[in-house]
Amino acid sequence: MSSPATAAGPVTAAPAARPRRALRVPRPGYLAGKLAAAVVSFGVTLVIGFVLFNLMPADPVRTMTRGRPVSEAQLAQLRIQLGLDKPIWQRFLSYVDDILHGRLGYSWEYQQSVASLVAQRLGPTLLLMGTAFVISVLLGLWLGMRSGWRAGSLFDKVTSATALTLWSVPTFWLGMILLIVFSVGVGPIHGFLPTAGMSDSSLPQTGMTHYLDVARHLVLPALTMVLVVYAQYVTIMRSSIIEEKGSPYLLTARAKGLTDDAVRRRHALPNALLPSVTMIFMHLGGLISGAVTVEAIFSWPGLGDLTYQALTIPDLPVLQGTFIVFSASVIVMNLLADLAYRFLDPRVRAS
Amino acid sequence: MSTTPTVTPAAATDAPAGAAAAAPPRFAGARRFARSFRSRRAGLAGLGILLLFTVLALAAPAFIGPDQLDVTKVNGPLLAGPSASYPLGTDQAGRSVLMLLIWGARESLQIGVIATVLTVVFGSAVGIVAGHFGGFVGRALMHVTDWFIALPSLPLAISLAAVLGQGQASITIAIAATSWTATARLVRAQTLAVEARPFVERARALGAGNRQIMLRQVLPNVMPLILVSSTLTVAGALLSEATLTFLGLGSPTDVTWGEMIHDAFFGGAFTANAWWYLLPPGLAILAVVLGFTLTGRAVEHVLDPRMENKR
Repeated sequence: MSSPATAAGPVTAAPAARPRRALRVPRPGYLAGKLAAAVVSFGVTLVIGFVLFNLMPADPVRTMTRGRPVSEAQLAQLRIQLGLDKPIWQRFLSYVDDILHGRLGYSWEYQQSVASLVAQRLGPTLLLMGTAFVISVLLGLWLGMRSGWRAGSLFDKVTSATALTLWSVPTFWLGMILLIVFSVGVGPIHGFLPTAGMSDSSLPQTGMTHYLDVARHLVLPALTMVLVVYAQYVTIMRSSIIEEKGSPYLLTARAKGLTDDAVRRRHALPNALLPSVTMIFMHLGGLISGAVTVEAIFSWPGLGDLTYQALTIPDLPVLQGTFIVFSASVIVMNLLADLAYRFLDPRVRAS
Repeated sequence: MSTTPTVTPAAATDAPAGAAAAAPPRFAGARRFARSFRSRRAGLAGLGILLLFTVLALAAPAFIGPDQLDVTKVNGPLLAGPSASYPLGTDQAGRSVLMLLIWGARESLQIGVIATVLTVVFGSAVGIVAGHFGGFVGRALMHVTDWFIALPSLPLAISLAAVLGQGQASITIAIAATSWTATARLVRAQTLAVEARPFVERARALGAGNRQIMLRQVLPNVMPLILVSSTLTVAGALLSEATLTFLGLGSPTDVTWGEMIHDAFFGGAFTANAWWYLLPPGLAILAVVLGFTLTGRAVEHVLDPRMENKR
């Protein structure tokens, strides 16, 4: 989790550094460079995953068999079965090989391959994160644009104060409060939204009723995530519109006699949008953090809930699997954001 | 900020400002800073909140003993609403929520501050070294930082804490391990800016070595920025602490705000509609995080008036 203020620091540095590098490197090389960087990042993720989950736990076999009667011979047998008797470099190579082939290990708790667990849970997470992401981006960009354009106005002050307060609230706590108010019911409010899960098992699992049911279950988790996440987007958009506001081309637009509204929407917005969108994609890691806690609170059957359940056991293969899947998706999204920025902004492309 | 030397009576009672009146010029900056900070209401409010919670946290052992926090020794009603003897009600074990809240300030702030110190020391060291040694070392360090930035922080922190085991120590380490990157980047950028200035060149011409330049020339000039960024780091660390504890990574015997919310959620406060148990720890986290953020931003603005309209 990073604060809006510190978040703006490293991020504003990134677009400034990019054109300089692009000067030296021609276009195909740029693509290759970015790809190589992403591959190296993934490699580092693999190393961290290996160190965390394969080297640091004192004796995985004991953790695995905890609470069950096992003899020393059985333990030794398990160790050979898991390849724990081999030297570290061999274990690392077979670990990398496994992961690159999609074999993410075998869950101790679910007695099922981690890859199949992840596949089952991916859909709900994408639905929740996607919904929350789209709503908070639209809301954040709109509010950021309005408040940045009139920086210092009452609207700006109210927007910024609200965003800062909501950002300072722990996600899971906000989710619990919403859950109590809208699902359990407080005072005059009767709980009218479902407390947990993604659908009501007593209803048919197909067709329109099912979609409406899922939408009803989606309201609170998505709302919680939006409330905590949108603040970052407000800050990003606000500072980038303030940056654009002093530009000479806006003076030209005004001198042409355009209305303030047209200047803002047709001239300032497209230019401010560009860096904002890139930064938003670079902040996707924050969305994942939100997803873990929100899914845990609302028992939303996604990857975050899987992580949480694995944590309580602790089921290390599942934790390793979700860690690698989360990291890989962030790396891929950052790469796409990088490439999209270059594609969208002719100034970067030309240089 | 205008710096007209109108010394108000309030300024004379101010500790750094009062010392400055006795004339050592090194305090002139501090006096200017205090005056300019005082004109920022949000910053003052933030500082007030922080002072209140710090005093509470430090004074807590004076009126809270282990007997009041030990689930086996308390004899209050279970999950009872606010009353005269229990202003904020009781928890599922019969402990006073108010006592837990005050004691929680102690442990939560402790984790937040220690994690921040680790973060800032490590991040600044990496940042200064990466900025000072421009060549291979600097680039390698920056690449490592970039790799860590790319990793999603909560899954990494969860994994780390899960492997290290429950408890405050592993949570502190997990927070530090995931948040040092922002400080490192910031400090590196500032180091590059400082090293470009003439006095560093002068020091080098006078024969200063790498270590002396980094410690005596760069560090003092980067320090204000480090301090500002650390107030924001504490805010983030407190939120991470609450999140990790809530997810079950804290030790159940510790009393932190995150642990309180965890207990409230899983200990039946939820179905009993025990708002007096659920609300206070969350509001306390909100207040302290806001306090740190507001203070940090105010200091940031005072140090760099150019960002007046930026944020």
